[in-house]
Amino acid sequence: MEQEVQVNESLRETAHTRAAAEKVKPVEENEKINKYKELDQVIRLYSKEPGQLINILQKAQDIFGCLSEEVQSYIAEKTENPVSEINGVVTFYSLFYTEPKGKHTFDLCLGTACYVKGAQELMDSLKDLLKVDEGETTKDRLFTLKSTRCIGACGLAPVLVVDGDVHGKASAGEITKIIQAYRKGEKIEGTKH
Amino acid sequence: MKVQSIEDLKAVKEEYLPLIKQRLGHRNGLGSTQVMVCSGTACTSAASQDLRNGLQLEIERHGLKENVKVFKTGCFGFCQNGPIVMVHPGEVFYCNVKPEDAKEIVETHLMGGQVVERLLYRNVDNQVAQRMEDIHFFQAQTRIVLHNCGVINPEEIGEYIARDGYMALAEVIQKNNPREVIEAIKRSGLRGRGGAGFPTGRKWEMAAAQDVRPKYVLCNADEGDPGAFMDRSILEGDPHSVIEAMAVAGYCIGASQGYIYVRAEYPIAVKRLEIAIEQAREKGLLGKNLFGSSFDFDLGLRFGAGAFVCGEETALIHSVMGQRGEPRPRPPYPAQEGLWGKPTLINNVETYANIPAILRNGWEWYQGQGTAGSKGSKVFSLAGKINNTGLIEVPMGTTLRTIIFDIGGGIPGGKKFKAVQTGGPSGGCIPEKYLDMPIDYESLKEIGSMMGSGGMIVMNEDNCMVDIARFYLEFTQDESCGRCTPCRVGTKRLLETLKRITEGNGEIEDLELLEELSFDIRDASLCGLGQTAPNPVISTMRYFKDEYLAHIKDKNCPAGVCKELLNFVVDEEKCAACGICAKDCAAGAITGKPGEAYRIDPDKCSRCAACAAKCPKKAITRGPRKEEIINGNQGIRPGTVSPENRAAL
Amino acid sequence: METREFAPGPLVQKTGQLYDNPEKKVEKIKLTIDGREIEADKGMSVLEAARLAGIEIPSLCYLRHINEIGSCRVCLVEVEINGARVLQASCVYPATDGLVVHASSPRVRRVRRTMVELLLSDHHRECTTCIRNLNCELQNIADNLGIRNIKFTGEMKALQVQNENSFIVRDYNKCIKCRRCEAICSKVQEVNVYSALNRGYDTVIAPAFMQDLSQVACITCGQCVIACPTASLTEKECIESVWEALEDPDKYVVVQSAPSIQVTLGEVFGYPVGTVVTGKLVAALRRLGFDKVFATDFTADLTIMEEANELLERLEGRGKLPLLSSCSPGWVKFAEHFYPEFLENLSTCKSPHEMFGALTKTYFAEKEGIDPKKIVVVAIMPCTAKKFEASRPEMGTGEFKDVDWVLTTRELARMIRQSGINFHDLPHEDYDTPMGIASGAGAIFGSTGGVIEAAVRTAYYLTSGQEMDLVDYEELRGFSGLKEVWVELKGRRIKVAIAHGTGNARVLMDRLKAGEQFDYVEIMACPGGCVGGGGQPIFGTREHKEISLDYRHNRADALDRIDYSKELRRAHENPAVKKIYEEFLGRPLSNISRKLLHTYYTPRGKLPGFNFGGIKGSHAGHVKENMPPHDTQEMPREEIARKV
Repeated sequence: MEQEVQVNESLRETAHTRAAAEKVKPVEENEKINKYKELDQVIRLYSKEPGQLINILQKAQDIFGCLSEEVQSYIAEKTENPVSEINGVVTFYSLFYTEPKGKHTFDLCLGTACYVKGAQELMDSLKDLLKVDEGETTKDRLFTLKSTRCIGACGLAPVLVVDGDVHGKASAGEITKIIQAYRKGEKIEGTKH
Repeated sequence: MKVQSIEDLKAVKEEYLPLIKQRLGHRNGLGSTQVMVCSGTACTSAASQDLRNGLQLEIERHGLKENVKVFKTGCFGFCQNGPIVMVHPGEVFYCNVKPEDAKEIVETHLMGGQVVERLLYRNVDNQVAQRMEDIHFFQAQTRIVLHNCGVINPEEIGEYIARDGYMALAEVIQKNNPREVIEAIKRSGLRGRGGAGFPTGRKWEMAAAQDVRPKYVLCNADEGDPGAFMDRSILEGDPHSVIEAMAVAGYCIGASQGYIYVRAEYPIAVKRLEIAIEQAREKGLLGKNLFGSSFDFDLGLRFGAGAFVCGEETALIHSVMGQRGEPRPRPPYPAQEGLWGKPTLINNVETYANIPAILRNGWEWYQGQGTAGSKGSKVFSLAGKINNTGLIEVPMGTTLRTIIFDIGGGIPGGKKFKAVQTGGPSGGCIPEKYLDMPIDYESLKEIGSMMGSGGMIVMNEDNCMVDIARFYLEFTQDESCGRCTPCRVGTKRLLETLKRITEGNGEIEDLELLEELSFDIRDASLCGLGQTAPNPVISTMRYFKDEYLAHIKDKNCPAGVCKELLNFVVDEEKCAACGICAKDCAAGAITGKPGEAYRIDPDKCSRCAACAAKCPKKAITRGPRKEEIINGNQGIRPGTVSPENRAAL
Repeated sequence: METREFAPGPLVQKTGQLYDNPEKKVEKIKLTIDGREIEADKGMSVLEAARLAGIEIPSLCYLRHINEIGSCRVCLVEVEINGARVLQASCVYPATDGLVVHASSPRVRRVRRTMVELLLSDHHRECTTCIRNLNCELQNIADNLGIRNIKFTGEMKALQVQNENSFIVRDYNKCIKCRRCEAICSKVQEVNVYSALNRGYDTVIAPAFMQDLSQVACITCGQCVIACPTASLTEKECIESVWEALEDPDKYVVVQSAPSIQVTLGEVFGYPVGTVVTGKLVAALRRLGFDKVFATDFTADLTIMEEANELLERLEGRGKLPLLSSCSPGWVKFAEHFYPEFLENLSTCKSPHEMFGALTKTYFAEKEGIDPKKIVVVAIMPCTAKKFEASRPEMGTGEFKDVDWVLTTRELARMIRQSGINFHDLPHEDYDTPMGIASGAGAIFGSTGGVIEAAVRTAYYLTSGQEMDLVDYEELRGFSGLKEVWVELKGRRIKVAIAHGTGNARVLMDRLKAGEQFDYVEIMACPGGCVGGGGQPIFGTREHKEISLDYRHNRADALDRIDYSKELRRAHENPAVKKIYEEFLGRPLSNISRKLLHTYYTPRGKLPGFNFGGIKGSHAGHVKENMPPHDTQEMPREEIARKV
């Protein structure tokens, strides 16, 4: 039986027009409150200077993993901006996402230099290997595949960035190895528990 | 210790000068050895961080800590051969250094005094080049903007000061002559290096003439052109040059607050800037009462969040204000109404990086280089099908041939040069016949391209120009802000037409459509992104019309890139029916029996070309689709099939 | 009477002068357009200068003083700069002395055409079945430019039409991204519902998270519908439901028309602005088949009785001051979302048409011996907000809704055309009695300042027993965005404030928040008051006259003329009103009055669905059960991706 749990009043009150029932564990609830506290600090810090909305959004994304509707509305409330404006900014910039990403992110550069050196073929290989399309996350939530804009390492084209680490002169073979390594890593972690 | 006067500045210079002198080749008996490790993004990704740590470890292990220091330094621009390590004294230039090599360098060179030959660069004639000056790639350059990159440690402000850093700012403030400074910049002929080439001095003059306060100084470090990494290298290798220039700009126009807008994809540049700004503040070179005057100036950082259009001035201003990065019509110009409606001076990173040099060496010196319309030097990033990918700085007026074949080392693999794209997605493709053209703002525009930020992508015979045009349009379509009709809808229609052509569904009328629509988008768009978005189409149609015609009329892609137009066919005469191709085919498109020529089903074929690569008889080749349609033969070269086999199909 | 004309409110300040002040001294300059030398004011755009001189430069995204962004690129002209002819957007390019402009050179004509063709290539061109057929700005331009074929084909938008609420329908596939809805909602109304989301080709102008308007803090005022050049934003029609009721022999259908309808309906049929068409309006309604044709002006008088007494109560200390008017449902929703702390200040009076509905189904039903369950009350309103208001659960008893259907002025015009009635040939007819008798005070409800003036006429009488002199209260009725006036009642002066356009309301409410004291405040959600309501006629021409305050002022003047022409000018003189109190209600604010004619409000919060501000009950007010049924015949919209 679904039990409607009282979520902390100061954070959110679900209206009858929105999905109501959520079973939330106390530990997760604490984590959530802490995240919002962190966000409060960020907002306080950056509200001193004008025009820091993008910075606030970036930090919020780091804290929460993505910018959900709830987080966007919260930021709108605390920064005294209309929520439509916040949403407009979030959806404009490529670096913001509203859905949680996979544990590991593959950012393949499709800038001209990399493209000319065969990045498109690498992208096709990645799509095949991971069985996802560009911008999507694998079903096991392990990998997200994205194309990125030029990161300025054109001398090393084609370039693949995995979790922020730059792999220059990437090849299909190297990519396969990386994927295998992460998959194994996941397994190892799993068996530890 | 705060710097309050020129004397204080000179004192800092004296302190750090010996280090610098040794790196420049002076035998000044420093008594210690310096090891410089390139720490730009490219080399860092290739583990220069590990390399540095490795060197440090080895040095300590061998007890050399007292006499040998390891420094980070900025991008040398020799990216194909990174990571780079230089050892002074001797200006020994090591390339392709791996972390494992640290031990050998320490033992053989630092301890044993012997240069590690295998890590040295070899010139084209296979001659070993021990010093940086011996390497042709560097000999041919005129490094003004990049003169500190590779020489100083960007995370140590003292080294920047040792190279006369902040001297220009000190003199400007001391002499209290903003008008003269602006005049000097005007006379130097410096033009905006971000792409449009607007005379910098005039921009400063316009901002200075405004009577409104407060004013702002902005630095456009959004370098969004794919294939361009000049600004990144400057920020990572010599951030203080930009900081000093912005302070000078602030003084000249009457602003006390500046912002550097960096794209989020440059984390190392951001870090270097943060360190540099912090150190400048500590030294009193940013903040209040600079050099004991009443002039205050401070800098803040603002970050992009993944939007190419934010490189456009007015869009950047909106982004700094935390809004959607949508451009607005001009007039009014940012110099009149910019950030929060106030006069704002906005220049590119490279433009700023030129300022200290111009002020130190005089405008006549700068003006003496370059062409009549384009003075000074320009940093270009070489990428694509070229041997020496990397960063170079040459005087304006250098020819493309020199850049590509001389400094750039030519096309690898013996392939033929086809075109060079300058100016990124806003520029055009330049064919072979213009290789001897001296580069400057006007000449490039005349032939249908533009200087842009300085990116140069070299293409060879294996690149399809129609596909390149499509690629660029995809980029601009994705990055369009959506405000104005021609860019939002027009580039979409342009892209759809190009896609049709590359997929074999183009009609001859499409060419006229492409041309007319391109010109309309160029003329009607609100901002530079839309105005230049059709350039790749216009220039490729101008110089490579035959390729377009091949795609449309013959349904063929001569370069062999557009997948839908390729058919891999088995030459029946050569086929040995070994079956290797069928085994390797991931799509399961090849069938056959021993004794019979194997056949490729074009519907299943994914055009990966694996079969062609694996065939021991080289019997599988590319052919245009149209042939197959006409002859009704599936996957077999026409005219070579015996009647029996044909019946079996 | 002492008046202080407040410095122009944000409606005028931020967006320049909505009103062009003829006395303001402006430097004149001369420029050349298409070879003709014309004179213009310094600082004007080339577009404005050209149009003043009668040169037809077309535009789409341009809305004077409200949206001047140069984004549609339809108004491009060639301007000579340093000898070269450069294309510039004339709506934002400033006219300067000596400027040479080419507004119809071959290049301009060609580019203009391409821009429109591009827009059309991404537009569902189902004009013949579209609600804006024949008064759509895009259609007009395409026609003017003589576009015969569109050479661009490709992907078209295929987003789902949002048809989930009772007041406004959103079709993203017809949007041309002119941003006028965003501009009017943010700059004029300051509600900030819309923003551009995503970028490039995927851009949509939508509420946050692309929610339906009923899920966000939208005040349902409909100004965005007036601003929209195409059928992207339209009112939710309920014409078919009304036809159904009319054709049902079992139903007794009563219609009431709002005060401002009689001065705007004529515009749809070609009458000049400000023509009073009351007689024809009544005749048309009768021919449509309504069983009784009444006037909301009647219950406007009733509202005055209730509200004036309420004001006196408050002035005596029984209740909060200032008393805030409550007859504008857009303003009421605005207060519920953004100023919930002032809900206790709102008058508890229902808006006149709801009072009407309540009385029809009780008093009138009783009197005529009709079963209230068989009565259908239809209201012709200038307003989309009244559609939402009618669906509120508190508007009605458990057994019936006060008002069943609300038709906008535009919908009524469609019904008249649907029945083949020739409006021009209609005779003059009078409203039915008793609920059709109204005073002039009731009529002026339709324009800003009218409610207060009407209330003051009665309040004066109630406090002094004497009639107030009826002079021209320009102080109260002027069109400045925000006005403060001292009004003399016998024995005391009261401080009165009037605002129209919720942007101005914000200024006033913030001043109240800061502690400023007023006694009585009238706020109309729409600029100009009901004469500028979201349901009023739209003409689809590039002058957008229906948006300018000047035009709305002309409509308001007609209401004044009605007021002057009447013998009855004060609500308390209305014999039908007196009778209803005698026979049914007893006295103003009696228990029956409170039950039928008064209501309560619901705080809603700025972020419906989330409650970070700690406001209980924060939802946008959308309750599905109270919505009129989806009239699928009304909206045959299908979401298919079409390649033309």
